[in-house]
Amino acid sequence: MTFSPELEQRISKLIGSYPAGRQRSALIPMLMYCQDEVGCVSEELIQECAARLGLSRLQVDEVIGYYSMLHKKPIGKHHVQVCTNISCLLVGGEELMAHAKKKLVLGHKETSADGVFSLEEVECMGACSWAPAIQIGYEFHHNVTPQVFDKLIDDIALVHRKVQ
Amino acid sequence: MLYNEPSPLETKVLTRRFELQNSASIDTYLASDGYKAFMKAVAMTPDAIIGEVKTSNLRGRGGAGFPTGMKWSFVPKQSDKPKYIVVNADESEPGTCKDRILMENDPHQLIEGILIAGLAVGSHLGYVYIRGEYRYLIDLFEVAIAEAYAKGWLGKNINGTGFDFDLVAHSGAGAYECGEESALLESLEGKRGVPRIRPPFPAVAGLYQSPTVLNNVETFCAVPAIILNGGQWFADLGTPRNGGTRMFCLSGHINKPGVYELPMGFNLTRMIYEVGGGIPGNKKLKAVIPGGSSCPVLTAAECQDLPMDYDSVAKIKSMLGSGGVVIMDETTDMVRAMLRIMKFYQHESCGWCIPCREGTTWLRKMLGRVDEGVGVNSDIDLMYEVAKNMLGRTFCPLGDAAAMPTLSFIEKFRGEFEAKLSAVVPGSFEEQSRLVQLV
Repeated sequence: MTFSPELEQRISKLIGSYPAGRQRSALIPMLMYCQDEVGCVSEELIQECAARLGLSRLQVDEVIGYYSMLHKKPIGKHHVQVCTNISCLLVGGEELMAHAKKKLVLGHKETSADGVFSLEEVECMGACSWAPAIQIGYEFHHNVTPQVFDKLIDDIALVHRKVQ
Repeated sequence: MLYNEPSPLETKVLTRRFELQNSASIDTYLASDGYKAFMKAVAMTPDAIIGEVKTSNLRGRGGAGFPTGMKWSFVPKQSDKPKYIVVNADESEPGTCKDRILMENDPHQLIEGILIAGLAVGSHLGYVYIRGEYRYLIDLFEVAIAEAYAKGWLGKNINGTGFDFDLVAHSGAGAYECGEESALLESLEGKRGVPRIRPPFPAVAGLYQSPTVLNNVETFCAVPAIILNGGQWFADLGTPRNGGTRMFCLSGHINKPGVYELPMGFNLTRMIYEVGGGIPGNKKLKAVIPGGSSCPVLTAAECQDLPMDYDSVAKIKSMLGSGGVVIMDETTDMVRAMLRIMKFYQHESCGWCIPCREGTTWLRKMLGRVDEGVGVNSDIDLMYEVAKNMLGRTFCPLGDAAAMPTLSFIEKFRGEFEAKLSAVVPGSFEEQSRLVQLV
């Protein structure tokens, strides 16, 4: 597999960050960074990471099954994650999730047909004091009302329509 | 960036640079006593550094509240294996959002704290395990690390002191369990994040089975100020055995939610009504979770003038935990709240220990049916019993973290659980037929 030069650089720096013989440590960050470029943890990517770190395919696969941010199937280009845990719940997190389902016409862990959006109800993302909070990709949005949510989604959709 | 207005009632120690321009840059840090504590520590013996941390009464800010100086002193002085410093930045306890703020606004304070820990135990390599969701923070922290290397505060022969230290930012990939120290180490070794049995503790056999100091972000961030101003100074900011300030994250039904740095022992009533501006709509307080969702819930009466330090909160059988103070007003549906908390633990249970894996699943099912009004009266006692049987029977505290709130919610708000079931008469045909259906 070939990655972009930036990713190759990041991977080689990463592998060099652990003591000799402990390269397996690089696995989880490596999967995260590669997934961002490839779109998901494909079978090819599993084989590639295993080969680069001297692991078996299974050693990589069992790790992927454990971590909720590693996906074997492609998710939307803009992955919308709505927190409904306790702090968000108290100030409208569940209502926001219900609104998000309607707005995106998607259910929990579903991806739109055009691959632009996916939706996930997630656990605490560490924005409790600025709840309700969502993340789109890695970007945090705090104190999100349904109106703010619609604006965020409409803006992304607009850009995609222009590109097309 | 600050996400909420600071409060005039704060005591700014860890957050003292937050309002400076470019507070995250190394130039700002160096211009405001940055890395001075490290230089002071270089001239001290390792025992003197640990002694100062012991005097400070600094206790682990991740949740357990274990005395930091004592934890460091458990690391063997002589070791054939290299020693490691590991920072727990896998902040994911519901209600907690402080480490994010500390790393975003003053990353060099954390780096300096790590360096001092390195001096104290004789370690030359550190890893900062940052939860995967905080990718922007990993990128920011890598910039800070690069700055520190460029200016000679990391790497070989730091600032001419002869001390070498390397630091790496390591990304997690979404698992609450990896905030538990032994699971974090497994994850850092590139494996599934399941807990290890202890002893041996990480101080003796941690990362790669080598001696490891593992502390929370906030704990390391407190270290430079302790070395610079003295352990006694830090201890005096708090209450006996509970030194310093801590970051409290106010969330839920509160007018001014936010992260505030307040002295240990700060009065909870004042925290809610003065720092947090009270409850929206002047509603009455019903309950508070004092330190993240794992901690037993407190009733409004228990919260009255409660000093927020580890020992005072422990005295009323709860925990100060990770500093996530979740405020619930009189309108809160406690069964609903408990159900959401249990959904979380069931989702995050790693499945390694059966009492936790099965217990959280059954508790979630039972809470769900009680909430929907289709449970049976015996469910309440059964949930209580299941939770009681989880306590202390798992490798890591996740089982306890799910059981403790369950027990406290049932003990303190049993009436609300019963009200949801009140339509069903105990022993009636309806109850019997429901029981049959549920089996």
